[in-house]
Amino acid sequence: MPESNNPHADAPVAKLALEDGTVYTGKSVGAGGEVSGEVVFNTAMTGYQEILTDPSYCGQIVTMTYPEIGNYGVNEADIEHQKPALSGFVVRESSRIASNYRSEGSLSDYLVSHNVLAIAGIDTRALVRRIRTEGAMRGVLSTVDLDDESLIEKAKNSPGLVGRDLVREVMPAQHSVWEQGLDEWTAVHLEDPPAGDDAPHVVCLDFGMKWNIPRHIRARGNRVTILPGTASAEEIMQQNPSGVFLSNGPGDPEPLEYAHKTIAELLPQVPVFGICMGHQLLALACGAKTFKLKFGHRGVNQPVQELATSKVEITTQNHGFAVEEESLPDCLEITHRNLNDNTIAGVRHKETGAFSVQYHPEAASGPHDSHYLFEQFQKQMRQTSQA
Amino acid sequence: MPRRNDIKKILLIGSGPIVIGQACEFDYSGTQACKALREEGYEVVLVNSNPATIMTDPDMADATYIEPLTWQMIEKVIAKERPDALLPTLGGQTGLNAAMDLQEHGVLEKYGVEMIGARADVIAKAEERDQFKAAMEKIGLDVCVGETVNSLEEARQVLDRVGLPCVVRPSFTMGGSGSAIAYNRDDFDALVQNGLDQSPVTEVLVEESIIGWKEYEMEVMRDVDDNVVIICSIENFDAMGVHTGDSITVAPAQTLTDKEYQRMRDASLAVIREIGVETGGSNIQFAVHPDTGRMIVIEMNPRVSRSSALASKATGFPIAKIAAKLAVGYRLWELPNDITQKTKACFEPTIDYVVTKIPRFAFEKFPEADATLTTQMKSVGETMAIGRSFKESLQKALRGLEVGAFGLGCDTKDRWGTENQPDDDEIRARLSTPGDGRIFYIRYAFKAGYSVDQIHEITHIDPWFLDHIAQIIEQEDRLAALDKLEDVTEDMMRETKRMGFSDRQLAHLFGKTEMQVRAYRKDLGVTPVYKSVDTCAAEFEAYTPYYYSTYEQEDELPLEGDQQRVMILGGGPNRIGQGIEFDYCCCHASFALREIGYQSVMVNSNPETVSTDYDTSDMLFFEPLTIEDVLNIHDAIAPEGVIAQFGGQTPLNLARGLSDAGVPIVGTSVDTIEAAEDRELFQALINELDLKQPPSGIARTMDEARRELAEIGFPALVRPSFVLGGRAMEICYDKAQFDRYVAEAFAVAEGQPVLIDRFLEDATEVDVDAVCDGQDCIIMGIMEHIEEAGVHSGDSACAIPPFNLPQHVLGEIREATKKLAHKMNVVGLMNIQFAVKMEDGKPVVYILEVNPRASRTVPFVAKATGARVAGIATKVMMGKTLKELGVDREPIPRHVAIKEAVFPFRKFAGVDIVLGPEMRSTGEVMGVSEKFSLAFAKSQIAANTVLPESGNIFLSLSAPHKHAAVELGRALTGLGFRLLATVGTAAQLTEAGVEVRRVKKIAEGKPNLIDYLKNGDVQLILNTPSGKGARTDEGKIRAAAVQYGVPCITTLAAADAAIRAMEALKAGEMDVLSLQDRYKE
Repeated sequence: MPESNNPHADAPVAKLALEDGTVYTGKSVGAGGEVSGEVVFNTAMTGYQEILTDPSYCGQIVTMTYPEIGNYGVNEADIEHQKPALSGFVVRESSRIASNYRSEGSLSDYLVSHNVLAIAGIDTRALVRRIRTEGAMRGVLSTVDLDDESLIEKAKNSPGLVGRDLVREVMPAQHSVWEQGLDEWTAVHLEDPPAGDDAPHVVCLDFGMKWNIPRHIRARGNRVTILPGTASAEEIMQQNPSGVFLSNGPGDPEPLEYAHKTIAELLPQVPVFGICMGHQLLALACGAKTFKLKFGHRGVNQPVQELATSKVEITTQNHGFAVEEESLPDCLEITHRNLNDNTIAGVRHKETGAFSVQYHPEAASGPHDSHYLFEQFQKQMRQTSQA
Repeated sequence: MPRRNDIKKILLIGSGPIVIGQACEFDYSGTQACKALREEGYEVVLVNSNPATIMTDPDMADATYIEPLTWQMIEKVIAKERPDALLPTLGGQTGLNAAMDLQEHGVLEKYGVEMIGARADVIAKAEERDQFKAAMEKIGLDVCVGETVNSLEEARQVLDRVGLPCVVRPSFTMGGSGSAIAYNRDDFDALVQNGLDQSPVTEVLVEESIIGWKEYEMEVMRDVDDNVVIICSIENFDAMGVHTGDSITVAPAQTLTDKEYQRMRDASLAVIREIGVETGGSNIQFAVHPDTGRMIVIEMNPRVSRSSALASKATGFPIAKIAAKLAVGYRLWELPNDITQKTKACFEPTIDYVVTKIPRFAFEKFPEADATLTTQMKSVGETMAIGRSFKESLQKALRGLEVGAFGLGCDTKDRWGTENQPDDDEIRARLSTPGDGRIFYIRYAFKAGYSVDQIHEITHIDPWFLDHIAQIIEQEDRLAALDKLEDVTEDMMRETKRMGFSDRQLAHLFGKTEMQVRAYRKDLGVTPVYKSVDTCAAEFEAYTPYYYSTYEQEDELPLEGDQQRVMILGGGPNRIGQGIEFDYCCCHASFALREIGYQSVMVNSNPETVSTDYDTSDMLFFEPLTIEDVLNIHDAIAPEGVIAQFGGQTPLNLARGLSDAGVPIVGTSVDTIEAAEDRELFQALINELDLKQPPSGIARTMDEARRELAEIGFPALVRPSFVLGGRAMEICYDKAQFDRYVAEAFAVAEGQPVLIDRFLEDATEVDVDAVCDGQDCIIMGIMEHIEEAGVHSGDSACAIPPFNLPQHVLGEIREATKKLAHKMNVVGLMNIQFAVKMEDGKPVVYILEVNPRASRTVPFVAKATGARVAGIATKVMMGKTLKELGVDREPIPRHVAIKEAVFPFRKFAGVDIVLGPEMRSTGEVMGVSEKFSLAFAKSQIAANTVLPESGNIFLSLSAPHKHAAVELGRALTGLGFRLLATVGTAAQLTEAGVEVRRVKKIAEGKPNLIDYLKNGDVQLILNTPSGKGARTDEGKIRAAAVQYGVPCITTLAAADAAIRAMEALKAGEMDVLSLQDRYKE
């Protein structure tokens, strides 16, 4: 099994400074250097590799609340994008041993090789409680500048997420065809088998899409084409799609006016399904507003209730912004709510049937309770094509 | 709200006495259920035979029945109470089985009682092997390939499908004996043949071997709308092959990728849905192949379990409480999460710490038992610890185990570097055969130069766990490389503490005292902080004051409010001699403190208990009970007082150290507690009060022992000092026995002296529990033992009120109690053991022992009399007088209550069951009735000693008891039984004109008594032993009786009581009455 030296013992010092003046001193367990970002936390106990490679974390320093991270190493199969997009990673303990037959290397080596800064050995729970009470904050993670005052100053001067377009940093440059299906670990219920060239064609509008989304869509027999999030409605419709999927992505959805416009144009023409940022963009396209949550929802245990059935699904979430209920236009109805804080977790367009959810039915990491939404999209495309 | 309004009254069945595999966790779940259902306005009827439980407190239910858990007795309760529903899933396997019996015998149908939580067909589907397998195959989940067979021929056919190596397991053997792994065809044939011979039904299971696979558990909850959540995942440190109850386990799962974890979650949801558990909690076990990831479903418990108690304590999510509410119709999302208050119970807890549970064994009590850990559970208790790393939680759990270890090595138990250092053979043997304390041998192996891979190869323990142990040892080596304690820097100290090292380990490494290390550490500024257990990894604010210590930056303890805090020290892991009775006392201390306006603070490390329910006290610290951990809490919360007399021996052992460190121990002073244990001081006190003690002496050498013996005379009772539960205590009738047992006692005493007393033969033992406030002393209960003196008081049956002792003797006992209490200045509880012996035709009262603290019998006294004994004592300790509390007289019930002990012999094949001065029972039951005879009958039925109505009784008496044979024989034949006896007794009976059939002794060939037992031709054995030990003829007979489920009575006194009970059972029916009705004036 791969083993590296105890990163806690002789590792260089790393510091994490917050804009409110708090500084945490620990050991560096990733690459050296300095980064800034919004400091957030994720409460999942498994799936650190999926979290690391989730492009939605672009611009953020992610704290894992579970203290033992790296236990099962890393492997090629479990990534959600070709490389991590986040700014930095914070853990209590970084395992020096990777113990799992699927492991291909240690977490620490992975972080170094992908140039991700990471700090270990700090009181992550204290940090989380700080974020919970003060809200998500800007922070600086450094192994080069260890002067507290200087780091706090840098944190204060670093750009926040609000008003920034981070999508351009993680979306693909050009269009591509997606072929990969699901892994052997995920059992999905397939209503109809793949149907070759006659299969529905789904265009995914990629704002920083997690790969498990196209895997799910592909596994249901669709042809899948991926377009960059900046694509126009015209470019999209040229693909002759059976349905358009709006992906997740990093940061604030409000400045992405190009996407609002595109989606508004698409809605009357084609079935649309959105996840996470895709959900926020759909709402914005319909005239709703979004707002920044105090510290967001990030984890794999968020309960969401489907209002029509009262059924609760345990969901994966990763978002710092949400759709504002007061601003919701008449054309949108709320289909799902987050049971913890009652925020909107899903909407449906009353006329077009387009729908979206704030959470991640593709999971990765997280529970598989919400796979039915992919079936729902499938059904809608089928009905539209029959009509 | 969907709360069901069509049901009003709900019957709950408890789990009966504490046995191996079923302990306090079901008191915890039952108590939660009672509270939850009454909170919702339902009337609760509770049946349980175990008086030492919180759930059988009359405040907990509307009607409480302490009755045997047979369907016949429960039917009487149902007939009387007419409940609308029965909730069967909260009383362990016992409760579930009782419910299934009621269903099978048509009782539920007859009285229109609905089973809620899980229906009978669902329970059957989960519990019956073949049905379960079929269900799993239906939903596409892998199960262990295997089949039961009745011949070698069939077995070979199954082998073709299963492959080698495989497991061969004879059906229905005791303790799973005869189970083995076949590695080749020759072995296989031999094992199958042997197994078929051993199995009483000539049946063996041939199954693929999954030994060495990784083992996991998932705790699942489901509501009536099919919302399903996972509460906790648990990974076993010990690989498949060791029962999960005997494994070190860790929460959450550590070595699964999310892909694997989600597959297990999917499977868990599919299983609970397919089996059809409508509402409540279930536990599902999985095995995962470490190299291929292949996953197999092992089994499912369609009820709350030991693991769900662990999961509740590990996450803060109250599984039993929520399960009870789901059973009456609520949906998960309608119930609040108590801890966060703002969010709902419908979510999956996430934790930001690591939880380690370690089982506690009692093999020293059963030297003849096989101490190898197998798929049959053998542990008697467990401890749990919480830390911010696995290393920290593991070492905390090891010191919480209370076996003399203060972490992983580096303490007085550590053999490494001593002349007793284990050699390679021993290390290898102890690694390859799972047993108690294997973890310490893993450390020795690392010390001896083994690598993680090598140890993994031998033990199959996941390398992740092993590497963390290696890290602990590397830290130990870094410390050991330093010259002196003062060379440990602040950073190094903090890192060391973060790995869970105790001050005691550092003291051992540097040749310092624990207090010196403590002082130095505090000088460095390295002190623990306390963090909350909050179900949500701090995502939401926690309102529940449930804490653990760790070495981090931020402390979360609230500031002290207006109320003063009082800390209660719990009993730690269950063991023989210290169990649920003390947890009961601690809980009552907490309730009483809250009643009189204090903030109660509980400290305990046992996850099974009610005391570690966050609802029980105002603050809960889930911590090991050591001087260091308790002092740290003391420093953090500055309590007004600390109660050390309720948690059994555990807190008493700490009392001196705590008191010396300035901790205010309330109640009876530590000096008094120690004085009662000091032989010379105590003897002086007895003489001063003009009381009597059996002649006794104390010896440090064999010569001294012999000199003392000359004064004391035979029979002599020999025991090591400072050892609990009568360990290595023996009665000697001659010099040879004396020499042998004194030598053994010295060995066990480890340098402490050996105590020698005159043994009072044929004396009646009496236990007294009393409460004293320094001025007044009120007796709470006088218990007359049924077995004569010489049987450990914890193993002996006893009755309240006394049934045989004359009033003037009781008067003498009362007077002696008050004198002692006053003289010793006892404040709180006191227990005295007396022996009453006929001397020259007159009863003489001797004092055997005085313990100024809560005794094992406190809950029994409370249940028998209705007096809140522990609560009263608590208030007295906090300064109230008995007069103020209105406690002015000894409560004497109108009914008779009998406590009977319950033993774990069925788990330990071949062990001799004869009772002696060494305590071996794990639990107790109570029988209560207007008459002694019926109360005794109930106590026997509740203890699963089924007194027969007809058939054959084997009579065999030792020489000193022979005189009683004829009278016993007449009584039994008078009741319509036929007698069996071996040559001597048979001749005696025949001569007296009592009809008897002679059977052969084992040595006389076949058919002998063992054959009669096998054939079901013996219904009861009355055997007073003349020799002890599993190798004697008698020992074999008694062991066989256990194996074939034939009750075996081993004392004349119990035989008399049994005859009275059988007479009463012939004469009339047993009736039931709730405690609430019994206590009515």
